[in-house]
Amino acid sequence: MTDAPTTPISQGEPRVNDAVDERTGEIRQETMIINMGPQHPSTHGVLRLLLELDGETVITCTPIIGYLHTGIEKNTEYRTWMQGVTFVTRADYLSPFFNELGYCLAVERLLGIEAPPRAQVIRVLMCELNRISSHLVWLATGGLELGAVSVMLYGFREREVLMDIFEEITGLRMNHAYIRIGGVIMDIPAVGLAKIERFLKDMPARIDDYERLLDANPIWLERNVGVGVLSAADALALGVTGPVLRAAGVAADVRKDAPYCGYETYDFDVPVRAQGDAYARYRLRIEEMRESMKIVRQCLDRLEEPGPVMVEDPKVAWPAKLSVGPDGIGNDPAYVTHIMEESMEALIHHFKMVTQGVEVPAGEVYQVVESPRGELGFYVVSTGEHRPYRVKIRDPSFVNLQAIPKMVEGFLVADAIAAIASLDPVMGGVDR
Amino acid sequence: MSSSAVARLSSLELAERVRVRCSDTVVSRDEATAIVDRDELLDTLVWLRDDDDLSLGFCSSVTATDWPGSDPRFWVVYELRSMEHHHRLRVKVGLAGDDAHLPSVTPLFPTADWHERETHDFYGIVFDGHPDPRPLLMPDGWEGYPLRKTEELGGVNTRFHGAFIPPVDTRTAT
Repeated sequence: MTDAPTTPISQGEPRVNDAVDERTGEIRQETMIINMGPQHPSTHGVLRLLLELDGETVITCTPIIGYLHTGIEKNTEYRTWMQGVTFVTRADYLSPFFNELGYCLAVERLLGIEAPPRAQVIRVLMCELNRISSHLVWLATGGLELGAVSVMLYGFREREVLMDIFEEITGLRMNHAYIRIGGVIMDIPAVGLAKIERFLKDMPARIDDYERLLDANPIWLERNVGVGVLSAADALALGVTGPVLRAAGVAADVRKDAPYCGYETYDFDVPVRAQGDAYARYRLRIEEMRESMKIVRQCLDRLEEPGPVMVEDPKVAWPAKLSVGPDGIGNDPAYVTHIMEESMEALIHHFKMVTQGVEVPAGEVYQVVESPRGELGFYVVSTGEHRPYRVKIRDPSFVNLQAIPKMVEGFLVADAIAAIASLDPVMGGVDR
Repeated sequence: MSSSAVARLSSLELAERVRVRCSDTVVSRDEATAIVDRDELLDTLVWLRDDDDLSLGFCSSVTATDWPGSDPRFWVVYELRSMEHHHRLRVKVGLAGDDAHLPSVTPLFPTADWHERETHDFYGIVFDGHPDPRPLLMPDGWEGYPLRKTEELGGVNTRFHGAFIPPVDTRTAT
């Protein structure tokens, strides 16, 4: 062991009154233990908090997680590299594109390849739209929990528009598996681009509406200002990243610090606020939506340039060509004819790629992307085979959730609801 | 916390700087990895955190990998990040399969708390001095360490309508 100084979490102001009841002078002895969750609607899924209460005041808070553990990391070790995409996308189900992107970038670095420029633009485009849709769910559910039902309806209304866009482009509303190793699975259709244009036109006024509803709303201010405060030092010690860290004054954003997919070539700002409370997080996420819109605009301009969306290398690229038929998206009839009737080599190649997939050189990488909740890391280890040896997902929700006790202990139980909402945890990512 | 004047170190420069203390530091795919003895772990992490050129004060992730039949069997992997300089370093500690314990880094990095609990759940590695070593993601009383390579996927006694669902690799029907 070492004598080195440890990193303490600041204690702040005294958390509870001393044990003597002011009115009667008696020593208080009974506190109440209550379970909040795992089915409590305000815990964003299946989070369970064990709260020790003194009256309305939270004395201790113990988060209990694991109810949604599905073994995604273990599962990837039993599937091909390409199949891994469909597993990791289900971890943090509100930001699926970020999971897919982080995993694919990690595998691409092991392979030593880079997706074509147009695929990079499409990836940035989908991720920034996804950031807006994720923040909208935060706004809607967080608003609902504090009684702002109109905001809930507005938030889900606009998210639905984005869900339609995702469905138009990927065929699915969630769990898209759209970003693949080496690029994206299909190019964006014109109708999808038109829908995004429409969204960019409508959305600014909608965001203005949210601010008109909430910015100076006395109830919203009362419930959020000074609630769930987390200082920059505590946030860093607890590993908190993303909007919660930036709302405490630290301008940490992987898109700027270690750019990927060409983020250094886009013009956007990283909003930062100093107060570190729930209200600062609200204002910051609203600003982030506007910044994401700026990036989406730039992506659309760049997409006027046509080009491939998947690497040429036949040893990496998915062999099948997809098209839309009367029964949905499937293998293109011309491609099926080619492999079934024209070329035995093409059939063998198709069979090998689908059953074994790409072979990834041995090595390890830790690839980070900036998800709506912070640093999303993928530690991927290969032994040179057709399956990953280890895929570790460093999910920001998992790490950020450790800050809950610091944010709620010593405060009213009602504030715990606002504090959790402002942290925006997604249990699919926490438990994986 | 604004970005300081110190330039970001490349992975090669970073490795060079780290080698002052950890001779076994390698660079692969533009990532620097320092391999550290477990007795040296805490002192090294303190040095990496407090050295002005490195200031690797942010612990992103702690996890492990399992290599049965190899020595060491387990590698515990720490991903460090410098918020000031924007560089990253991986620190790895090798552990023998029959002696899988090492000091907890939670006193240095409070964020390591849940990471270490998760790693214990998954691999059975013991973090000595951890303040709260309860199961985190696995249920209380769970037997075995599911991410060890010796554990099958789905090798759980799943019972459904009286049927036993065998591990995935031993299923015959599709």
